[in-house]
Amino acid sequence: MRSSLILCTATRFLLPIILMFSFFILLRGHNEPGGGFIGGLVAASAFALYAISHGVTYAQQLLKVNPINLIASGLIIALSSGLFAVFNGSNFMQGYWSEFKFPVIGKIGTPLIFDIGVYFLVLGIALLIIFSLAEEEEEIQ
Amino acid sequence: MLFFVLLGFITAVLVPLIKKISDNFLSWIIPIIPASIFFYFASFYYQIADGEVIKVSYSWIPSLGINFDFYIDGLSLVFAMIISLVGTVVYLYAGSYLKGDTRLSKFYIYISIFMSSMIGVVTSDNLMTLFIFWELTSISSYLLIGFNHEKESSRYSALQALLVTGLGGLALLAGFILLYITTGTWDISEINKMPAEVIGSSYFFLIVIFILLGTFTKSAQFPFHFWLPNAMEAPTPVSAYLHSATMVKAGIYLMARLNPAFGNSILWNDLLLVFGTATMLFAAVLSFKQTDLKKLLAYSTLSVLGTLTMLIGIGSDLAIKAFIIYLIAHSLYKGTLFLVAGIIDHETGTRNIEKLSGLRKLMPITMIIAVAASLSKMGIIPLVGFVGKETVYASVLELPIFGNYLIVITILANMFVVYITAMVGFRPFFGKLKSTPKNPHEAPFRMWSGPMFLALSGLVLGIFSSLFLNKLINSSELGIISERLNIPVKLWHGFNLELLLSTITVLLGLFLYFKREYFLKFVASFSSVKFVQPSYYYQFIFDGTLSLAKYITSKIQNGYLRFYILVILLTTFSLIAYTLHTFYSFNEINIGGSVSVYEVILAFILIISTLLAVSAKSRLAAIVGLGGVGYVIALFFLIYSAPDLAMTQFSIETLTVILFVLVIYKLPKYLSFSSTTRRIRDIIVASFAGLTMFFLVLVISGTSLTSELKEYFIAESYPSGKGLNVVNVILVDFRALDTLGEITVLAVAAIGVYSLLKLRKKDN
Amino acid sequence: MNLLFAVMIGVLYGAGFYLILRRSFVKVLIGLILLAHGANLLILTVGRLTKGNPVFVNSGTDATAFADPLPQALILTAIVIGFGIQAFALVLFKRAYKTAKTDDLDEMRNTDLSS
Repeated sequence: MRSSLILCTATRFLLPIILMFSFFILLRGHNEPGGGFIGGLVAASAFALYAISHGVTYAQQLLKVNPINLIASGLIIALSSGLFAVFNGSNFMQGYWSEFKFPVIGKIGTPLIFDIGVYFLVLGIALLIIFSLAEEEEEIQ
Repeated sequence: MLFFVLLGFITAVLVPLIKKISDNFLSWIIPIIPASIFFYFASFYYQIADGEVIKVSYSWIPSLGINFDFYIDGLSLVFAMIISLVGTVVYLYAGSYLKGDTRLSKFYIYISIFMSSMIGVVTSDNLMTLFIFWELTSISSYLLIGFNHEKESSRYSALQALLVTGLGGLALLAGFILLYITTGTWDISEINKMPAEVIGSSYFFLIVIFILLGTFTKSAQFPFHFWLPNAMEAPTPVSAYLHSATMVKAGIYLMARLNPAFGNSILWNDLLLVFGTATMLFAAVLSFKQTDLKKLLAYSTLSVLGTLTMLIGIGSDLAIKAFIIYLIAHSLYKGTLFLVAGIIDHETGTRNIEKLSGLRKLMPITMIIAVAASLSKMGIIPLVGFVGKETVYASVLELPIFGNYLIVITILANMFVVYITAMVGFRPFFGKLKSTPKNPHEAPFRMWSGPMFLALSGLVLGIFSSLFLNKLINSSELGIISERLNIPVKLWHGFNLELLLSTITVLLGLFLYFKREYFLKFVASFSSVKFVQPSYYYQFIFDGTLSLAKYITSKIQNGYLRFYILVILLTTFSLIAYTLHTFYSFNEINIGGSVSVYEVILAFILIISTLLAVSAKSRLAAIVGLGGVGYVIALFFLIYSAPDLAMTQFSIETLTVILFVLVIYKLPKYLSFSSTTRRIRDIIVASFAGLTMFFLVLVISGTSLTSELKEYFIAESYPSGKGLNVVNVILVDFRALDTLGEITVLAVAAIGVYSLLKLRKKDN
Repeated sequence: MNLLFAVMIGVLYGAGFYLILRRSFVKVLIGLILLAHGANLLILTVGRLTKGNPVFVNSGTDATAFADPLPQALILTAIVIGFGIQAFALVLFKRAYKTAKTDDLDEMRNTDLSS
């Protein structure tokens, strides 16, 4: 897929910024608009943009991990955040929060870990769909 | 207790592991299982015979009152011992019968499941548990009848047996539930203590009908008897075990078990009497024209099952005594005769009675067993069958009004039984030797030892009947009638009317045997009329159901997606429109607060974009329209206090556009297939649906709404969820389990997409 | 504003239903997306429309004035799942198109391929 030079150059700088922004959206989601779903989608669109401008193969190299692994680890993170409570003797998915307040993020708790799982999973599925579709188009061309 | 009841299920799991060692080892070692169950139950004998009952309970679903309650009294013990004893013989026998067959382990799996289910049926004190075991026997019987599943007739018979007993099982469940509603308990022993409540209940008629439908189908009573002769497609050990000694007696058992609750009702007694007698006579007559060894035995089994039902229907003390003795006697000799038939089939290669003759020299041991069992069956002194028949006659004679008629019918039926016995037990062994498909010689040890043991038991129980049977019948809680019996069981009652009748029966039967050519013509003309055969109606209903289903499917499931959608749309929206029209007036409509100009403009853009997506002539235009709709909706989310939704919608729209851009040129040209009339019809339907939605929204907005959830979430968001963004707290904390489910669905969808694309590549 | 939303929902549903009654698969797909939009708006409206008062609890307003958060949470997952379904339907359709060589749903009535 051929793209304009401007788009190519711009995305190279945009990608890290969008990724950072997506992570910011994820972390602040508990108190302000945002969260795992939105963060994951934003991150996915960053990679999608890269795939359009540079081609899927480069985008995949940049991602380094297979999107399927992202989906799996996302599910595992989300699930284990709930299991934490089970090992502590209360109900599955009962929330736990740290007493200590971290700078920028604030308190860390299991719901936040759950949200991180959602983030990776949503990122994974969006990229898996887009990559496998785009890969196919490239092969045909 | 639970262990021994469920041992068969455990065995079924272990069989494949033992098989790994060798088939031969498996077939030698596995009879230990039923034998150990037999000894376990036999160890209760003296306890039970002293009048105790054993109750054990394991909780299963206590909240519904459904538990593994086991209850052993005289009746259960008799059944459990028969099941495990005949089981041991059959296990041993099958090892030789199916020697070298690759499906031997499969056979042991099925039959072990069956044995445990059957033990479960006769020991359960809980209606629900009993029902589950009951259904398990139907299923394992299906598998066993269809054991030779490559034969079409096997599959047909298996399905027939399953359908008949399965439908009966369904009726039984309905009866049990009604019984539970009436009495408030699933406990059979509790229910048996309140016959007044049961009989006085307004559901009583239904309960009786449903339960009897279940037991009559299971025990093959007229008019449901037809499946049993067909079930002879099963391997002979199965026929001996399921279709004579045990499973077909499950229905008999249940009727006997529930008799204390129902026994005082005229309805119950009369139905049992009428259908029992009908089965007894009908089956006996039908047996006449059979030439297949196993079918002959099947019809005689039917006749006996009818007799047993009749005896419960009579319900007197003497009848119950006759019931128990006859039950034991029949299991012993009929099991034996089936196994003998199996030996003959195995050794000669045929079961056709016309081709078998003069085997006495080649198979002396088999002959002795067969003759012993036959004599017992004919009711000849000193075997247990004699005691059984005597008591049956005595109990029938005792009946005040119908006694005289009934005794004639009973003698007639028994005359045929004697005839069948002569055909199966004597005919193949005497006379001149005929050539058979295989060269017969004596059966191997494992095949004759079991039947021999059963035949000997018949003799021992007959001679020493005052010792074993007397104790069991007189002093144990039989559970069939409320009080204990006090009638001694003995072999010899002196010269009396019963003995005379017995002798007459045997003589008549033998007369029939020697003059059969003459009678055959008469019976053949009677039973060839198909309208008198219930199996004709079975086939009619079976075929009818199938063709009706086919017809309905071809009309409704015609394969046109549009048609389904059209039907769904019209039904749903007609119902909604009807409800709106009937229950709401349009005066209540709340148009809502004021709107600003830019909202109207946005709505206008949305409508234009929608119309563009609908009417676009090119794919790209349609996608642009779609994008427009999405972005406008995102803006509306933003205006109406949902920033999270707005952000999500914006990102999703972007991704959707990317998605479409990737595949757009691979999509087919935007063609229109439909005709104009069809299009107009669809426009009308769609407009109707859209208009209904429009009014629905207005009406809903007009009703008052109080949401406790909203207040709860807002109040608890920070204290419990430590978050200020309530929407996000709901997603990751309050309803996190839902979210977990949803992201799992997403993962599945993504993997679906992935595999659809990758699989295509493999094809190429 | 209820009236405005009622009009939009009615149009989206009507258009969506019309499209899923078509024989061309692409149109059916677009119809499904329109229906999803309509359903999302419907859920929002049923939970009552509130202007300019998103649920962030530290803003100190009275609880009744907030927008209802529950429908929003429902819609949020619905949007994302809708995306998954769209993608799946799109790919399924592509595959069916490649295999059956037709876009006409009426031609795809049989599970067996004619070839």
